[in-house]
Amino acid sequence: MTARALAVFKDGLWTNNVTLSQKLALCPLLALTSTATNGLGMGLATTACLVMTNVAISLVRGVITPQVRIPAFILVIAGIVTLVDMLINAYGHELYKVLGLFIPLIVTNCVILGRAEAFASRNGPSLSACDALGIGLGFTMSLTGIGAIREILGSGTLFANASLMLGAPLAFLETTIIPDYKGFLLMILPPGGFLVLGFALAAKRVFDSRASRRAASVAAPASACH
Amino acid sequence: MMATYRTAPWFQGVLLGGFCLVASVALAYGTKLTAPAIEQAARDDLNASLEQVIPASLRTNDMASDTVTLDTGAGKTLAYRARSGGKVTAVAYRVVGKGYGGDIVIVMGVAASGEILGVRVIQHSETPGLGDKVDVRKTDWIKAFTGLSFANTPLSQWAVKKDGGRFDQFSGATITPRAVVKAIKDGLDLFAANRHALLDETDPPAAAIAPSPRSLS
Repeated sequence: MTARALAVFKDGLWTNNVTLSQKLALCPLLALTSTATNGLGMGLATTACLVMTNVAISLVRGVITPQVRIPAFILVIAGIVTLVDMLINAYGHELYKVLGLFIPLIVTNCVILGRAEAFASRNGPSLSACDALGIGLGFTMSLTGIGAIREILGSGTLFANASLMLGAPLAFLETTIIPDYKGFLLMILPPGGFLVLGFALAAKRVFDSRASRRAASVAAPASACH
Repeated sequence: MMATYRTAPWFQGVLLGGFCLVASVALAYGTKLTAPAIEQAARDDLNASLEQVIPASLRTNDMASDTVTLDTGAGKTLAYRARSGGKVTAVAYRVVGKGYGGDIVIVMGVAASGEILGVRVIQHSETPGLGDKVDVRKTDWIKAFTGLSFANTPLSQWAVKKDGGRFDQFSGATITPRAVVKAIKDGLDLFAANRHALLDETDPPAAAIAPSPRSLS
């Protein structure tokens, strides 16, 4: 069970990374990665919602019939995200002012429905939670990574205004990478998102094909011995 | 084995209806639970933004409850009045500029004399790192408006430097500061046009009626 959970987690985090492998959720990826801070905020908010929706859908998976599963999933997801939206607005208003814009976007994120359909409707709650964590953190990782690249190239800073968005304890993240940088507008605007995403997709393919070649060359001599 | 009713068409409707019912009850309960806290948070936000543009020394009243409705030409807006000893000392209201990424919501405080006490951008979706410098948390640019009025700044100067005015634009972003300058200038026009209503003057002395700057230009 724990080995399975770990495998599911790793699969979501890297092997089937939502943006870099499955090429889903590119809309928030392109729209919200002008800074690493935005990417991190959106990624974490999505992760939290994904864990809740995956667990909820896994719990009701025995009740839902295949014929009405899609509208039922959408109801569950929209209901949970709206509740989270209201609760954060009421009891975490400072956080809401920052994440408020992102939360309604989470409902439309195809990843949430995708994981409900592909994983949570076929697995138990704890395994579904592992899957949600893996997928969510993988999404956070690529969002933050692409945001960091765009921010460094575009404004010469990293995690600018992190304390504003994620709370004062995270002020240490704010760094200026290139002092007196004039800025490179293209990277901050949407075309920069496409450019960096393209390079990130290429980089993951190169990395994965090298890793599999290395694994093959390690395995080959071992079998030749016998 | 799966019960046969589970594949019947009527069951799909009942099932989906059941999900709708549960979701509606949960949302209705959630709304009821959070409504007072959300309302309180919105009121705190309003008070916080009013406090930023009108110094505490000018008011003894609760500004949020002393309001007057203004007609901006494009819609109605609420103005909040600060009073000290019964007399209106300053007013605060929202103006909206058309920025690069949509509406820029600005709250401005204006003294009874027509002088700007403070301006803050409270909501915008300008490009991070470029247009968002109008936000006081990023740069002090917006503080340049404090103390200005139509009396001490000629109309021709209410523009960014690129357009021959006195306000700095940002490198790579002219649309945002231009929109903010225009919105604030329109805000002062609004003040001049609604001076009586804003200051709660029933019988204003003739000398106090400033000519509308728009009619001068």
